[in-house]
Amino acid sequence: MKHAFARAQAISQTVLACLLLLLPGITAFAGAAGQVAEDSADPAHGDTFIDSSIGDASTLIPILASDSASHSVAGLIYNGLVKYDKNLNLIGDLAESWEILDKGLTIRFHLRKNVLWHDGHPFTSRDVLFTYRTMCDPKTPTAYADPFLQVKDARALDDFTFQVHYAKPFAPALESWGLSVLPEHLLKDKDIVKSELSRHPVGTGPYIFQSWESGAKITLQANPRYFEGRPFIDRYVYRVIPDSATMFLELKSGTIDRMGLTPMQYTRQTDTPYFRQYFKKYCYLSFSYTYLGYNLKNPLFKDSRVRQAISCAIDKQELIDVVHMGLGQIATGPYKPGTWVYNPQVKRYPFNQHQARELLSKAGWADHDGDGVIDRDGTPFQFTILTNIGNNERAKCAEIIQYRLAQVGIRVKIRIIEWASFINQFINQRRFEAVILGWTIPQDPDLYDIWYSGKTKPEELNFISYSNAEVDGLLIKARNTFDQNERRKYYFRIQEILAEEQPCTFLYVPDALPVISSRFHGIEPAPIGIDYNFIKWYVPKQEQKYVP
Amino acid sequence: MIKYLLKRIMAMIPMLIGITMISFAIIHIAPGSPADLLIQMNPKASPDAKARLRAYYGLDKPLPVQYYYWLKRIAVLDFGFSFSPDGRKVADKIFERMPVTVTLNVLSLLLIMAVALPLGILSSMYQHSFLDKCATVFVFLGFAWPSFWLALLLMMLFGVKLGWLPISGLTSLNHDTLSVLGMAADYGRHLLLPVLVSAFGGLAGMSRYVRSSMLEVIRQDYITTARAKGLEERSIIYRHALRNALLPIITLLGLSVPGLIGGSVIFETIFSIPGMGQLFWASAMSRDYPLIMGMLVIGSGLTLMGNLIADLSYALADPRIRVK
Repeated sequence: MKHAFARAQAISQTVLACLLLLLPGITAFAGAAGQVAEDSADPAHGDTFIDSSIGDASTLIPILASDSASHSVAGLIYNGLVKYDKNLNLIGDLAESWEILDKGLTIRFHLRKNVLWHDGHPFTSRDVLFTYRTMCDPKTPTAYADPFLQVKDARALDDFTFQVHYAKPFAPALESWGLSVLPEHLLKDKDIVKSELSRHPVGTGPYIFQSWESGAKITLQANPRYFEGRPFIDRYVYRVIPDSATMFLELKSGTIDRMGLTPMQYTRQTDTPYFRQYFKKYCYLSFSYTYLGYNLKNPLFKDSRVRQAISCAIDKQELIDVVHMGLGQIATGPYKPGTWVYNPQVKRYPFNQHQARELLSKAGWADHDGDGVIDRDGTPFQFTILTNIGNNERAKCAEIIQYRLAQVGIRVKIRIIEWASFINQFINQRRFEAVILGWTIPQDPDLYDIWYSGKTKPEELNFISYSNAEVDGLLIKARNTFDQNERRKYYFRIQEILAEEQPCTFLYVPDALPVISSRFHGIEPAPIGIDYNFIKWYVPKQEQKYVP
Repeated sequence: MIKYLLKRIMAMIPMLIGITMISFAIIHIAPGSPADLLIQMNPKASPDAKARLRAYYGLDKPLPVQYYYWLKRIAVLDFGFSFSPDGRKVADKIFERMPVTVTLNVLSLLLIMAVALPLGILSSMYQHSFLDKCATVFVFLGFAWPSFWLALLLMMLFGVKLGWLPISGLTSLNHDTLSVLGMAADYGRHLLLPVLVSAFGGLAGMSRYVRSSMLEVIRQDYITTARAKGLEERSIIYRHALRNALLPIITLLGLSVPGLIGGSVIFETIFSIPGMGQLFWASAMSRDYPLIMGMLVIGSGLTLMGNLIADLSYALADPRIRVK
């Protein structure tokens, strides 16, 4: 939940896409019900919060996990050196403060004193150094090593000072120290993959691990010695319910306290007096966007006018209204509306079939043979949209886009493929014409890996093969700058270029739709979402449900 | 007899090797590898990280070499470690899930037998009667009714509307604080719906078998003889007809042994039961080769054993086969 990495991942299978609904975002609207009694009750310790997820965690050593379930649970057990506050600013977590020295080449962290591991062992800078070394160790099967391989030198100056030195200034570096710090005294000289800790984690965080029944539930207990104060809610249970219909029934019967609703459930199934009395619904933009990506190596999509025409021919609001029941916002670029890096002034492509046809005919595409499909030099304009199995939203989008593009004379086919084959056979080998996929929007705006022209090798993430010298330059400048105002300038320009060139059609940013039992008080939606102050949530004494 | 047994067991070994070879090949041919799935589409993961992961899992070696190493370990019953990030022992992962699935399936099989036997016998005794027709409609309804839908309807009724039964899962939150009797009751309440729903779907097969095999036996000469010498109908049916009619059921039971350990994905998903079906599904989707192979070996081993046991008990039950 608090973990930066959980958000840095791409939206992959439905599993992840659904879990993503639990991730934080901006408040567009807070549920109408339940806000009334908010301040009348006194905070009290006790009760249990039962969270739900469609997938089980894989390991509770977060550096080894790449699924959001593991990161959600581990986020309550471990701390990083830094974390994001509710307004998306980096603040200290295990680090009390930090200094950026040598023009951004060195970061010196001053760590909190008197922090204890759950087993009572004191936390020191040696734990941080150990975690860093583990990340860089080629024997550690982690997907997050990259930012740590940029470190030239790391050392513990004393027990509570930790310093890292980089070869060149690297702005995303600070965020990377949000990684969960692992206990050296339990992991030293051990094979981390086979460590006990993956099933029985020991951290510094607000909750202490208690038990894990594989595929059923994980139980955590409040940490009375937590350095930010003991959490109000005594017990946290993470229940695995793989079927979302079952999950909804469990919610209705009161046996789970939170789930991520689907747009259909949010608008059609939860508007009853019963629901309003016992639950609070939240709705805010999620940290992800869905897009139609073009293979820019394909001659069909070389001409930016063609891409702009397709963007004009797709009614994005219609996609949101139909696929997400109106719960989302049109995306204009790779950032989330409302954040400091988001540029609201870029070129937009409102639904306009006339303009789409005009742009296409400028590019030489017109219906010369009168068969209803536009053509150029005798070749009809047709292509296939690929997307992955298990994500109904994407499949529905594909169908609506197919319908809209047919109206401007473009013939579209749709193919839906299992995730592993989709990535291996099509994305990595660049065997696609267009795809509908989603990206998570990371809190640090560095998008070097996705848009830099050098990142187009097989398996790298710029698989649409976008290449623009100005964007390349700006991406590098931005990641070597710590000053937020200066970075913002670079990213604003990048968004302008992307909006003009439309290397992909940005479709929409969907809303996250969590629902939480109304007995929980103290939930304050903020730009980062709702989870950031979980330890301050409470149930007033008379409303507590699970009393030992 | 012992010679026959030994021969059968020896014949199972090449069969097992063949099964593992084919499954190993198919799984590795499926696109994607565990290393891909861990870091695919992850902006923070470099191709270098991927190569590291591949080497870590030994996936950089040629397939026959990988198979050889795997076979060598499996020969001493070492199933190895899972490729999933928890890196646990495959055997642990399997045996932690198996009791749930086996319990559920055994209970449901017992329920099926308890209902299907009388139903089949009655149907055959009163063939083409109103009762027979009702039973037919009932069992085929169970067969045709999608179990996930029935499950959801029952959950809504008993879980949400009436609040009598828990909706999903295996234990209540306060399970650990209960007395032994309370724990058993808790399990019972959680297992009631899953067992009912899965048994309902399985009634058709078993009751139809019993019915048709009874019908066949009833037409035999020795039954006519029994009737001719004035035996009571009860004793004809239960002592003479049923015993013979049950022979094919032994085969059927033998064949259901692998079914006892292989859970159903849909079923376990609907009821949030952490069983074998879900484990297999998850391991296939994440290309967790050692785990998939471990489950396949255990599954195919049990299938072969089931066949063998069925054959043997058939021989024990039927003197005609023993003589041959």
